[in-house]
Amino acid sequence: MTTQQSSARLAVDVGGTFTDVALEVGGRQFTSKVLTTPDAPELGVLSGIEKAVAEAGIQPTEIGLLIHGTTLATNALIERKGAKTALITTEGLRDSVEMALENRFEQYDINIDRPDPLVPRYLRWSVTERLNVRGEALIPLDEASVHALLPLLDEHGIEAVAIGLIHSYANPDHERRVAEIIAAARPDLSITLSSEVCPEIREYERQSTASANAYVQPAMSRYLTQLDSDLRARGFTCPFLLMTSGGGLTTLGTAIRFPVRLVESGPAGGAILATEIARECGIDNVVSFDMGGTTAKICLIDNHAPQMTRTFEVARVYRNLKGSGLPVRIPAIEMVEIGAGGGSIAAVDGMNRITVGPHSAGAMPGPACYDQGGTQATVTDADVVLGRIDPVGFAGGSVNMAPEKAGTALDAAVGVPLGLTGPLAAFGVSEIVGENMANAARVHAIEWGKEISARAMIAFGGAAPLHAARLAEKLDIDTIIIPAGAGVGSAIGFLRAPISYEVVRSRYMNLAAFDADAVNALIDEMSAEAREIVVGGAGPDGLEEVRLAYMRYHGQGHEIVVALPVRPLTADDVSTLHEAFETEYRRLYGRSVPGQQPEILSWTLSVTAPKPAVIGGTAPAGGATPEATGTRQMFDPTTSDYVEATVYRRADIGLGVTIPGPAALAEDQTTTIVPGGFSASVNELGHLVLSRAS
Amino acid sequence: MRNASAIDQIHMQIQWNRLLSVVEEQAQVLVRTAFSTSAREAGDISAGVFDVQGRMLAQAVTGTPGHVNAMAASVGSFLEVYPIEVMEVGDIYVTNDPWKGTGHLNDFTVVTPTFLDGKIVALFACTTHVVDVGGRGFGPDGRQVYEEGLCIPIMPMAKGGEFSEPVLAIMRANVRNPVEVEGDLYSLAACNDVGGERLVAMMREFSLQNLDELGGHIIDSSRAGMLAEVRALPFGTYKNAMRIDGYEKEVDLVCEMTISESGIDLDFTGTSPTSSYGINVPVTYTEAYATFGVRCIIGNRVPNNAGSLEPVRISAPVGCILNAPRPAAVTARHVIGQMLPDVVLGCLNQIIPDRVPAEGTSCLWNPVLLGGHGLSDEDYGDATPFAMNTFHSGGTGARPAKDGLNATAFPSGVRNTPIEINETIAPLIFWKKEYRADSGGAGTHRGGVGQVMEISHAEGAPFAINTMFDRIIHPPRGRNGGANGMTGRLYLTDGTELNGKGRQTIPSGQRITIEMPGGGGLGDPKTRNKASVVADVRNGMVSQEQARAVYGVKI
Repeated sequence: MTTQQSSARLAVDVGGTFTDVALEVGGRQFTSKVLTTPDAPELGVLSGIEKAVAEAGIQPTEIGLLIHGTTLATNALIERKGAKTALITTEGLRDSVEMALENRFEQYDINIDRPDPLVPRYLRWSVTERLNVRGEALIPLDEASVHALLPLLDEHGIEAVAIGLIHSYANPDHERRVAEIIAAARPDLSITLSSEVCPEIREYERQSTASANAYVQPAMSRYLTQLDSDLRARGFTCPFLLMTSGGGLTTLGTAIRFPVRLVESGPAGGAILATEIARECGIDNVVSFDMGGTTAKICLIDNHAPQMTRTFEVARVYRNLKGSGLPVRIPAIEMVEIGAGGGSIAAVDGMNRITVGPHSAGAMPGPACYDQGGTQATVTDADVVLGRIDPVGFAGGSVNMAPEKAGTALDAAVGVPLGLTGPLAAFGVSEIVGENMANAARVHAIEWGKEISARAMIAFGGAAPLHAARLAEKLDIDTIIIPAGAGVGSAIGFLRAPISYEVVRSRYMNLAAFDADAVNALIDEMSAEAREIVVGGAGPDGLEEVRLAYMRYHGQGHEIVVALPVRPLTADDVSTLHEAFETEYRRLYGRSVPGQQPEILSWTLSVTAPKPAVIGGTAPAGGATPEATGTRQMFDPTTSDYVEATVYRRADIGLGVTIPGPAALAEDQTTTIVPGGFSASVNELGHLVLSRAS
Repeated sequence: MRNASAIDQIHMQIQWNRLLSVVEEQAQVLVRTAFSTSAREAGDISAGVFDVQGRMLAQAVTGTPGHVNAMAASVGSFLEVYPIEVMEVGDIYVTNDPWKGTGHLNDFTVVTPTFLDGKIVALFACTTHVVDVGGRGFGPDGRQVYEEGLCIPIMPMAKGGEFSEPVLAIMRANVRNPVEVEGDLYSLAACNDVGGERLVAMMREFSLQNLDELGGHIIDSSRAGMLAEVRALPFGTYKNAMRIDGYEKEVDLVCEMTISESGIDLDFTGTSPTSSYGINVPVTYTEAYATFGVRCIIGNRVPNNAGSLEPVRISAPVGCILNAPRPAAVTARHVIGQMLPDVVLGCLNQIIPDRVPAEGTSCLWNPVLLGGHGLSDEDYGDATPFAMNTFHSGGTGARPAKDGLNATAFPSGVRNTPIEINETIAPLIFWKKEYRADSGGAGTHRGGVGQVMEISHAEGAPFAINTMFDRIIHPPRGRNGGANGMTGRLYLTDGTELNGKGRQTIPSGQRITIEMPGGGGLGDPKTRNKASVVADVRNGMVSQEQARAVYGVKI
């Protein structure tokens, strides 16, 4: 196999609206942006790849590695466009996924609703069986109760089945047998076992994860298989790897089995990019702001490591509040995502308030100004009216705009109902989407006990450079970095991700009864599983392994993470682990608790291949202020009127030059807006830096 | 407004937000380090920061209004005994006195002073429900508070950062789960420590010497925000009464609400006298839940602090069940206290029916399950002893524009404990936990349905339950034409019905079934959207018979 470093590498990010491609070859970078083709996403991918490959002038066989990430799985969950799914549970216990935690995530609002479960109650069925907490059968599986469900599968047109039996993390036998019986009778069904996708205690989170996996599996599996075969047919012979939610890369086979691990994989690439940019630029605390056609993603990155989580929530339904989404227990980069993208639809609600999103016009029909038959007003339409977007050459020329349709749609949706004339409807929509994003960022920071201002913002994705400056003002942020290739930021991030995979197991062990042999056997099995996946994509050289134990004092309910040595453990390691646990406990909580016994609940193991070599940024030549390519009328929020903004090509701005706002800096896949009060320059690495006057 | 003051306002806003995130982090530490399931799984805790006058500036949004609002008052009690001047670096104060803290002995409140450059700048307080305090255990059967367990008056738990061994030794000797309780005291101390560290870092970052200005701003603007909402209501006096099951006799909760320029006054004169059992409510807990009943509707976007709490004033005559004096037994005070929002909402329904829900299950249905020597009528043998408190809920009342929430806590905000976790803690099997069809009160908007749980001992031994449930005799009432929710019910495999209050035995080999109430409905059921009725029937939340008989929809 060719190594990653020596040949061309291709990355593709399929978003809800746009498909972005980045190609690195011979120290140069080529990018392309095309509209996503939702009914058959592989078509957009192939046309984007062909564009980039043609521009680079290389052959498919010269590509050494293809990395793919996508938000398709996430969007299916948010928009509830997944497969018709059934959930099979233990008799008497079919409501856990809907009862959730029986709580209200917002105490002081009586009108909250929890999200509807992916599988409604009439499609949640039970089989007769019962395991106890040790995985022993109190009631053996009654196979007749499984056969009895087969007619229901047909009657309801079920496409995917999730199996989530009680205590299956302790013993997967019953789940496996249920799956065997169903697979034998209905071989075309997608089947997800909760004991495989999330072998962890707590039935609600495990069943929710299994339901989500099943819900997205048919579409993701069809799409990935088709894309793979289309690529082979076009002469691409390279390995095909998928970006995961945790920021690592995995194989096609694993992705098809556990598509839920791809949730937020596109945005994860963006977080990786922001992390690497922060490292290059020597900034410790950043907030990444990734805004595309459908959603905006915000991630906090401190000391060059994004916030990680194992309790991830998708599709939050209430002001992005924790607890208002569907829990998915997978390793993930923690970020907040809201329905605020270029395609987000603007409307007026019953209280005469402007609302934006979460519904998106997507790629088809797209915003009204795309002139593809869409009539609903979107954020992109507002950006056109406000003079932020040049209708000519938008999205790398992939869209031919009819700018007059933007104003018409905004007038109908917002202007007329509220009596706003001229650009004011567009301004209102733009301000609301900015406020929504600012609030989401603040809530997210609070949730993690962090401060949002005093950070630098790293903005990328097609729509972010248009909105970054206004968002920074709202968040009291002074510095914004717009990386090179910002318009396709996530795809560029994929090229910087190492191949890695994380495996988790629940296996209880009190330190007082530490069984080194059992632990070593478990870890060997986990290591083999992770290595098989990573070696398949990266080869066997230079792999790094991280082993973690999730520990707590006996009697507590939450664990802290303790690193294990990467070697076989012995009985003597009890004291090593005890000390490591108490050291970490003191670091987090100030003091350890005397006389308490530590225990281990679960184990994770990740295997990571060496990071790919990254093409260094290029410092453009210094010089005088470049020649403007023109001027245009741009709306100024502070004076509420149009001002004349100077337009430059981003590539023309050299080191040492400062461009004062109002200005627009155009590049192929996006435009950076520099409002009055901001100025722009380029740093040594080729990134654009916007500074706010204090 | 001058530019400088506009920028000051913004900075103040940022500092306020930061203070809110400090207390959220304080609360997270408590949940993550706690030993009792009520704290670590259910989030039955509170955490907040107070200025040196004892005024609450910010609180974490956690499980229980009863903890939060009561804790807000309790810091004042600490300062009466140990004024700011005598507090030193490394001091940690504690109490579980029901009348000084949050209403029963199981709740420990810990207060820790925070120092900046040697000067005291704030107090952090937190409360958690520990698994046991001795006495009769967590149940309603005590006749006087002395039977209900160990009471630790306000005193230092640590000096100079060192825990007081005598205090811990007395505690350990008096409770059934000394390891867990001691661990929880450490957890309470740790969360205040983390809060204090974060506050000091914040004050250094913003160059603050004290919290006077920030505290004044928070309290003034919150009070103003709350008063603005109150003043938008029609002034006047509105009265409501609600009859509930009680223990040995029914209880009438009577409330007179007066809305005026200066706020909302709630007077509970006319409420039934104290009970001879442990369902009496210390007035701090009454204040907590009555205030919540107002605040969940009026000014609900204004953060909870001394300023927003001030315009709501509560009075209840000494000797009524809502202002029970020592030595009344109070362990199960929540079963009465959590009913208060429904009483208050009934007053508000008279002026703003478009914002008020129907009555719901309201008190938590948390079965306290016990196994061990002497706890049940039969011999326990050598089965595994256990004690567990698992949190569950019936349905909430229908809301003005939508159905009630199925099996969801209100007014308490605690989370449930997963069955898989329950079964790791106790030798029990939870055979059933599903929605209870037809339990939601019919209406244009249906009350939330309750749930059914069925539990047995995993080793075939007998076990005991301390029940503290209401709405078994008197259902949650519908409003404005909506039907009542279904009452709750408890019974054994052999059909024996159990009482809603008190310790009872589940004999060996039997299961207990707990059917939780549904919420009341709102509006005439005949006007309910037909598609909603059809969906309810398809999902088994409403039977075909009820659809036909009550909603007039034939399926």
